Amino acid sequence: MHSALDEYREVSPKGTVDFLYRLSDLVQGKSFLHLNAVRYGGGMSEVLRRLVPMMLSLGVEARWEVLAGSQEYFVVITRMLNALQGRDDKLTDDMYQTYAHVIERNAKALKLEADMVMVHDHQPAGLVDYRTHGCWLWRCHLDLAQPQRPAWAFLRRYVLKYDAAIFSLSGFAQRLPIPKFLMYPSIDPLSPKNRDMSRSEIAHVLDQLGIPRVKPIILQVARFDRFKDPLGAIHTYRLVKRHQDCQLVLAGSGVMHDPEGEAVLMELREAAAHDPDIHVIQLPPEADLEINALQRSATVVLQKSVKEGFALTVSEAMWKGKPVVGSTAGGIAAQIVDGVTGYVVHSVEGAAFRIRHLLNNPGLMNRMGAMAREHVRRNFLITRQLGDYLTLLKLLPVP
Amino acid sequence: MVALTAEAPFAFIGCSELQESIAHQADDEKALAELIEEVPLDSIHFHTHSYFLRHGLIEGAYPNDFAQWVVMQIGDHVLGERLAILDPFDYPDLENLREELISIIDDHLSRSPIIPRVVFGQPFHFKRSRILEVPIGLEARTLQEFRDIVTDIDVSSIYYHMFEAHFRLRRAENDFSAWLRTSLRLTNLADRIRAINPYQGSLERLRSKLISACDDVLTSESAKS
Repeated sequence: MHSALDEYREVSPKGTVDFLYRLSDLVQGKSFLHLNAVRYGGGMSEVLRRLVPMMLSLGVEARWEVLAGSQEYFVVITRMLNALQGRDDKLTDDMYQTYAHVIERNAKALKLEADMVMVHDHQPAGLVDYRTHGCWLWRCHLDLAQPQRPAWAFLRRYVLKYDAAIFSLSGFAQRLPIPKFLMYPSIDPLSPKNRDMSRSEIAHVLDQLGIPRVKPIILQVARFDRFKDPLGAIHTYRLVKRHQDCQLVLAGSGVMHDPEGEAVLMELREAAAHDPDIHVIQLPPEADLEINALQRSATVVLQKSVKEGFALTVSEAMWKGKPVVGSTAGGIAAQIVDGVTGYVVHSVEGAAFRIRHLLNNPGLMNRMGAMAREHVRRNFLITRQLGDYLTLLKLLPVP
Repeated sequence: MVALTAEAPFAFIGCSELQESIAHQADDEKALAELIEEVPLDSIHFHTHSYFLRHGLIEGAYPNDFAQWVVMQIGDHVLGERLAILDPFDYPDLENLREELISIIDDHLSRSPIIPRVVFGQPFHFKRSRILEVPIGLEARTLQEFRDIVTDIDVSSIYYHMFEAHFRLRRAENDFSAWLRTSLRLTNLADRIRAINPYQGSLERLRSKLISACDDVLTSESAKS
């Protein structure tokens, strides 16, 4: 019988789909509940939309529940997110109470019973207070390396009640007395953001975005945020441009209702004002096809961030056969095999040097791009993540 | 001879790995040596063996996590080269391998006026893995069947039978060569596969070597008949 998983036979590594079928035999009939804060928006929701049907098709009783929150609650969890990632956002006692109140209300409304319950990030973490049976895992997608102490102390009280925590990278984790597992996030190769596109589709999108296809394209896809160092990307481009004619595309979103994002965007437009080869493109949320087309038309992809989460834009570009020149921030270096699928760099000068080298060596770019795609196929596709979850379901005991 | 059908088929097993972080991290080479001495053997296995499971196709510049870290994060190419040439195939067990790692680092530090440490890079995070064995429901009774399954099987199965069986489960030789020797009585082929050093190259390269060894026997038998 054809299942959601069979669609991945052509894109996943040899033997993977059959292996996943056999792995799922070990967990038939078990139940797996995902809990998070939003149904749409963000990489995690994007992956869950595919993962849950795949798990169901394999005989796992998978469910995905989403927290219902108030406007006030979303303000609280946004501040908490910033504080957990190190920004100086203070939370008041009233805010903590709002959080606890929303959690209590949701606990009454949601069916929390399952053999395995995976709670994603801080927003629903407090639901652990209402656990009945099953193995409860806290899946942290955030960089918790340097959180604001009060926010982490508040969240940690909940985290300690889980059976285990899962982080994307060792460096993102805090000290905890429960088992800590490590799992990379993944991309869906069949989603609109990553599926194959024809040349005419790509050309059409580029025409719409007003990007000429004459000169080599250096691309950075990232929210307009200082942590993504878009000005560093412009400095890099200028160093490259001295020796090699090229254009820079900075594509991002995230300025709506965000004064800092707007300020960054203005700075960039100012910096790019006298150079027709710099294209600053503001994308709407979930502009998946546009990002796909941009990544496919890029000559080299740059990720110059100074602070990052996992930065799956790196894997997205590598999946499209592009060499990536990236910094050491967050998960960027974990995705690039230095010197094989791209280069890990530590400065604007290093980025410019590597990009210049690549632009002068088209054969090397092609070889690196091909290796990059294979590296993603084996390490960063949704099929690998599905295998991780099935393995958790089998290996971790249900209390 | 190669048309021989084994009474006991070879049942292929794949594996899935959960990576677990353990609460140790090193910021310099001295701490690295001290922690190598202290961590569970599972962690030594993780950083030297299951490295290959995580790099099924692409061969990085350095074949274990320790060498990779001292070069990429500390910038100590001398120690990186010394750790990279270390061949786990030369050691009877993980305890001996652990001792050799410590000895190499200690010797290096005794010749260095400073203790090289991370300045701009990331610390070394020790990990270990929990391996789940997964019977994949494929069996071979002849060499041709064996060869055809190896060609298409998930690469974790090659890892399991070549690395896990021999080094963690302490079987006398890898599962493939053992079966070819005892069930198909193909001694020369078994010796050839036993002699393959799995640490030299990726799992996909290992797969190619296995197929090539089987093909040589199948072709020569076919020419004879």
